[in-house]
Amino acid sequence: MRRRTAFAEGFDQLRAAATTEPGRLRIIGAGLALLVVLFGAVTAWQTNDRAVAADDVLHKSQPLSSAAADIYLYLADANTTASSGFLSGGQESAASRDRYEKDINKAAAGLVEAASNSDPGSPAAKTVAELNTLLPEYKGLVEQARVYNRQGFPVGGAYLRYANEKMQQQMLPKAQNLYTSENQRLRADYADATPYPWAAIGLGVLALAGLAWAQHRNYRRTNRVLNHGLVAATATATVVLLWLVVGHSFARAGLNASYDHGVRSLNVLHDARIASLKARGNENLTLVARGAETKVVTDAQGKETTYDAYDWAFNQNMDALGKGLAAASKLADDTVGRKPVTEAEGNMVVWKQRHRTARDEDNDGNYKAALAQVIGDKGATRECFDSVDHNLDLALKHEEKEFTRSAGDGLGAMTGLAAGAAVLAVLGAAGAVLGIGRRLSEYR
Amino acid sequence: MRMRGRVRTGLKGWGGVGAMAAVCALVLALALLLPLARSQGDGGPGTGGSELAHAQQAAAGKACDDPAKKAHPEYQTLSPSSQDGSTIERIRARKGAQRKLWVGVDQNSYRWGYRNPNGGPGADLEGFDIDLVHRIAKDILGDPNAVLFKAIPTNQRIPAIQKGWVDMVVRTMTINCKRLDDVAFSAPYFKTGQQVLAPKSSVITGYDRTLAGKKVCVAQGSTALSQLEDDEKTKKYVAATDIKKVPNQLDCLVRLQLGEVDAVVTDGALGASQAAQDPTVELKGETPFTTEYYGVAMKSDADDLVRRVNQILVDYRKDTADGWQASYDRWLSATLDKDSAESQPPPPKYLRTS
Repeated sequence: MRRRTAFAEGFDQLRAAATTEPGRLRIIGAGLALLVVLFGAVTAWQTNDRAVAADDVLHKSQPLSSAAADIYLYLADANTTASSGFLSGGQESAASRDRYEKDINKAAAGLVEAASNSDPGSPAAKTVAELNTLLPEYKGLVEQARVYNRQGFPVGGAYLRYANEKMQQQMLPKAQNLYTSENQRLRADYADATPYPWAAIGLGVLALAGLAWAQHRNYRRTNRVLNHGLVAATATATVVLLWLVVGHSFARAGLNASYDHGVRSLNVLHDARIASLKARGNENLTLVARGAETKVVTDAQGKETTYDAYDWAFNQNMDALGKGLAAASKLADDTVGRKPVTEAEGNMVVWKQRHRTARDEDNDGNYKAALAQVIGDKGATRECFDSVDHNLDLALKHEEKEFTRSAGDGLGAMTGLAAGAAVLAVLGAAGAVLGIGRRLSEYR
Repeated sequence: MRMRGRVRTGLKGWGGVGAMAAVCALVLALALLLPLARSQGDGGPGTGGSELAHAQQAAAGKACDDPAKKAHPEYQTLSPSSQDGSTIERIRARKGAQRKLWVGVDQNSYRWGYRNPNGGPGADLEGFDIDLVHRIAKDILGDPNAVLFKAIPTNQRIPAIQKGWVDMVVRTMTINCKRLDDVAFSAPYFKTGQQVLAPKSSVITGYDRTLAGKKVCVAQGSTALSQLEDDEKTKKYVAATDIKKVPNQLDCLVRLQLGEVDAVVTDGALGASQAAQDPTVELKGETPFTTEYYGVAMKSDADDLVRRVNQILVDYRKDTADGWQASYDRWLSATLDKDSAESQPPPPKYLRTS
């Protein structure tokens, strides 16, 4: 005798059962229940995935991306503050010292935070570890520069140059990498949170079609319009499908809004702030180096022009700042968000004018006047930089709020969807089984 | 090709053909050496310009090929004169706030040219070189403060003069035959020589076998670097030495203190300034292992300015109240010798004819 497979045997039994109406009803009942449960399970699975990703966007990857941007900002600000202190000629103010210390402490705290949030062995973890080694080295060099400056020895300036080189060539590029990789993670989380759950939607439509067909068949055979169990199953499946589609659409709209009005604005503002910090750093270095570094730029006609290297970099940074502010202004979707950006644009215009005056003074050999124009109290470019920084900080805080609200709304729209879908699907399956059972009992 | 064309106009007949052949050989040699020069990390602007100038000068005969010039480059200057010429007229013709003497200086050489970090917001540069600059400005423009100071790294001194960014460089610049091809020097105003600086506890005893296998720091474009490179070729002492190049000699002290290098080779005058900033390092060897002179560097064709500066130097050294000796006592007696005899240049000779 030939051995037969269990599947073939089961199939034969099913075929045998399908020849009688109760048998057919049993198959239909089981099929419908399975379809509804499957619909519920896939819905729960897919929406849970999206809710987790949305939660990551709101509570993990965006804060980490902002934290990485902050690490960069604190490091760059510390470096700029240190060079300002040097320029002020041994009369570093308590305020400038405090600012430097705060920057270093916040950068260190940011690194601890980033370390605890990055996966061990990941490139981000490696970058954080490297920055953790470089930060105390940098701080040591600046401290040494301070001690020598107090003694009146120019080797203090040499230490500061060395510290600056370490910051510019090693630390800031690493901080930039960290920011870029955190931003990639944020984008990946968005990509996981926003796509429509097509599998769940498809199964929902299939389940509803199956239920409609079963009820239509029932009506044709018995002339009874309503089977309570099947109607209840249809109702719950409809609710789940509607909840799924509407809830996800709302969540998606909220998340997309948080990206368009929050993350994009935040990125542009972060970049603008970095450009402004770089510009300030180069402005200081123009006076520290006193023409020691030059840059030759060749134009389209092959004509060579020689610029002060730091002043050239300053102008590049200011162009980047101008573009960043214009983009931020365009992205700002309300007056509260636009106001600080507009003000920063105003500060930037004054900054450029004052910088021009300072350069003219320096080029005429009036170094003292140029210095006063850059790091002095009243009417110096220092005021403009501080105002730009302050206004960008306000704008960043506002956009951060916008982001949290939109993303929070999006995440809120997903609340309970997974659990609700699961419970309702079980109820719906029960309804389908009961409804078919009611018909089956008529054959006993 | 441009270079060859320019030379040709000045030469005629068979002599010209011979010279052209020499230039062609030189261009070939330069082309072969160029990648070598590039790989030594000197990528600053003006490098190409100085090479071109080298080549042009070479056609007329390199100063270093002349044994007299090689032995005593400090004599290759013009006789002093107070006569104004085109260069001085051009400086005086500057308008308004720009009517200043443009001078390339150092701001990192303690007691030579530096900014006192405690100098307050005034941030005046001060030192032995800076005193001399004020004296020159006073003589030429009538105001000792009519100076536009430009801080220049060691390897940018020659391009800065050639490209006209500055009228002169007063920056502990050694007069040597190689540089005579690119710029004109005044008579010497200071005597020094190369010396080794190392921690007091170091086994290094001077510019000798104890340097072998050690890491040595020098400034890019400095005399010390040329010396080390020449000695490396002849396998003298430093064959196995690892040379670290930095923009300014003072950056070497930082590297030495951080333990990144074992010793610094620089002019004794500057080495003493470094030692004055750190009591744990000292100059090794009794005396410098070379003899060199600092001069004021100017453009090759600024004859009137060279003569004028030489006249100023004559007066400056005679002036006992506020001249050379007063400046030495003010800035250098603490870091060098109390007695300035070792630093006094010999009586000048003015042997330059063209």
